Amino acid sequence: MIARFLLQNMDRRAGIFLAILLALAVLVPAANLLLPASSPFHVPTSTLALWGKYLCYALLAVSLDLVWGYCGILSLGHGAFFALGGYAMGLYLMRQIGTRGVYGNPVLPDFMVFLNWQELPWYWWGFSSFPFAMLMVLLVPGLLAFVFGWFAFRSRVTGVYLSIITQALTYALLLAFFRNDMGFGGNNGLTDFKDILGFNVQAQATRAALFSMTCVMLAAGFLIARGIVVSKLGKVVIAVRDAESRTRFLGYRVDRFKLFVFTVSACMAGVAGALYVPQVGIINPSEFAPANSIETVIWVAVGGRGTLVGAALGAVVVNGAKTMFTSGFMAPYWLFALGGLFVVVTLFLPKGILGTAEALWRRRRKPETMPAAEPAPAE
Amino acid sequence: MNAPVPGALTSSLLYLDGVSVSFDGFKAIRGLSLTIEPDEMRAIIGPNGAGKTTMMDIITGKTKPDVGTVMFGGTVDLTKLDEAAIANLGIGRKFQKPTVFDSHTIEDNILLALKSKRTVGKTLFWKTEEPQQKRIDDILGIIRLADRRDRLAGSLSHGQKQWLEIGMLLAQDPKLLLVDEPAAGMTDGETAQTAVLLKEIARDHSVIVVEHDMGFIRELGVKVTVLHEGSVLAEGPLDHVSANERVVEVYLGR
Repeated sequence: MIARFLLQNMDRRAGIFLAILLALAVLVPAANLLLPASSPFHVPTSTLALWGKYLCYALLAVSLDLVWGYCGILSLGHGAFFALGGYAMGLYLMRQIGTRGVYGNPVLPDFMVFLNWQELPWYWWGFSSFPFAMLMVLLVPGLLAFVFGWFAFRSRVTGVYLSIITQALTYALLLAFFRNDMGFGGNNGLTDFKDILGFNVQAQATRAALFSMTCVMLAAGFLIARGIVVSKLGKVVIAVRDAESRTRFLGYRVDRFKLFVFTVSACMAGVAGALYVPQVGIINPSEFAPANSIETVIWVAVGGRGTLVGAALGAVVVNGAKTMFTSGFMAPYWLFALGGLFVVVTLFLPKGILGTAEALWRRRRKPETMPAAEPAPAE
Repeated sequence: MNAPVPGALTSSLLYLDGVSVSFDGFKAIRGLSLTIEPDEMRAIIGPNGAGKTTMMDIITGKTKPDVGTVMFGGTVDLTKLDEAAIANLGIGRKFQKPTVFDSHTIEDNILLALKSKRTVGKTLFWKTEEPQQKRIDDILGIIRLADRRDRLAGSLSHGQKQWLEIGMLLAQDPKLLLVDEPAAGMTDGETAQTAVLLKEIARDHSVIVVEHDMGFIRELGVKVTVLHEGSVLAEGPLDHVSANERVVEVYLGR
């Protein structure tokens, strides 16, 4: 049933996207590990790490597209779910350090020793176990989204008001995680990781494996999101986006459908964060910054809202551009470029890169048919 | 389904008694009483602000009345339920402005409306079975959109959207249909066809039609209720109410 659910109505675009991810998962680590540095096809470890980061962002973008592009919920706080997933992974990685910390305490992380804490707080318990930590990667963002969504959607908070609350949510978490008393390392966050599942996180082979894992999880996230949006539930969700009260009068409990999609999306964002942390080697409260969440919205808008593949594409394109612009002589102009990009996309490419490319492609081939899911104007 | 339910307070399908509601001090509905029998079609007319749409809002759960009784099928108190629960009881509503799902195909619009379990789980793993597909095909035939089933609903003309929405109501298979101005903005030909369609539907459903178009109501040939300032002014056949002096004064004369 699960295979049928994930593979129903498989189209060419999804097929190509999955094939590319599979190829990346195999070829990039191979080119990094097996080819000598002199080979023109060798992928340096720094590039591998950079692309691993992009693909984590792509998974975050896919999760946001699921709620924004299809359900019309403009979440300006999706970075919070990403960061919570990242912290769950960070807690696991901290517990793996053991006695190799600066203070050599076998139980307490360095920052706790520094703060004169005597024992591990209860919410750190269990995080030395990898399966438990992975469960928390899904559960913590999922539970927060569920509780938040339960109240917001039942009270019929929609549109810009909901966006503002999500923004407030991530800002509140930012302030909370800055406090040393929270027990998550304060503004320094969690870093100086040593091992993941017994492998050195800095080792080239571990980095390559993490990259492959990121490709696989992006593919899995994409398949789940696609399975949802092409199902009848996906049609209901699009109906909610376009005519919420009509859907309600058809007998659908709109709040439950929103809650389902929002929670699934938050879990997905959590996974993206968990993959991100071992690859960049640090997680700190700045990941909760509202600006991060807003940037994610821009990736999705640039790539093409309501297309899933476009969201992933947008994340890679915008972050690729960011890497280019933030190094060298163009560095001071990145924020102008980002703002300009958003204006250009809003004015000239309202359907994003993928939506526009698709419209052109279709106009050349068959003028009759129209895209299945045309997003309503932005809120 | 039309036999009186044991223990029912009334044999009527819909029973409104002494219903009042006010918004910020403005009494939109004052002491409204109305009954609809099973398989009855009723036309409701009244000038702007007479409370026609508010009455529909109360029946469908969008608005809660301040006082009064709203019973469905003799036993169910509608004032205690929300929109989704009322829809699933068997009350369908067509809005004044045609509201269809523009970015879905015509067929998907019908599929979404089709009577089925509306839970998250059931819709996530939904598979359209043969009888359901046949029902969708039948409805597409009735509303004359079968050859356009794969087109997006957003590409339809105003009149076609009205029919699609009526088709969606049929797919819900409600016991009671509330239809708000089905002929608004239609050409004369479309209006006549809509009347035929509604009469067809009324053979085995109860229907309440709110309409301004007198010619359309004459074509329906049903009992008419005239609303004025939130309560019933007159009730009876069209010729009878249009002879009523008060009705002429508040509504027809203008």
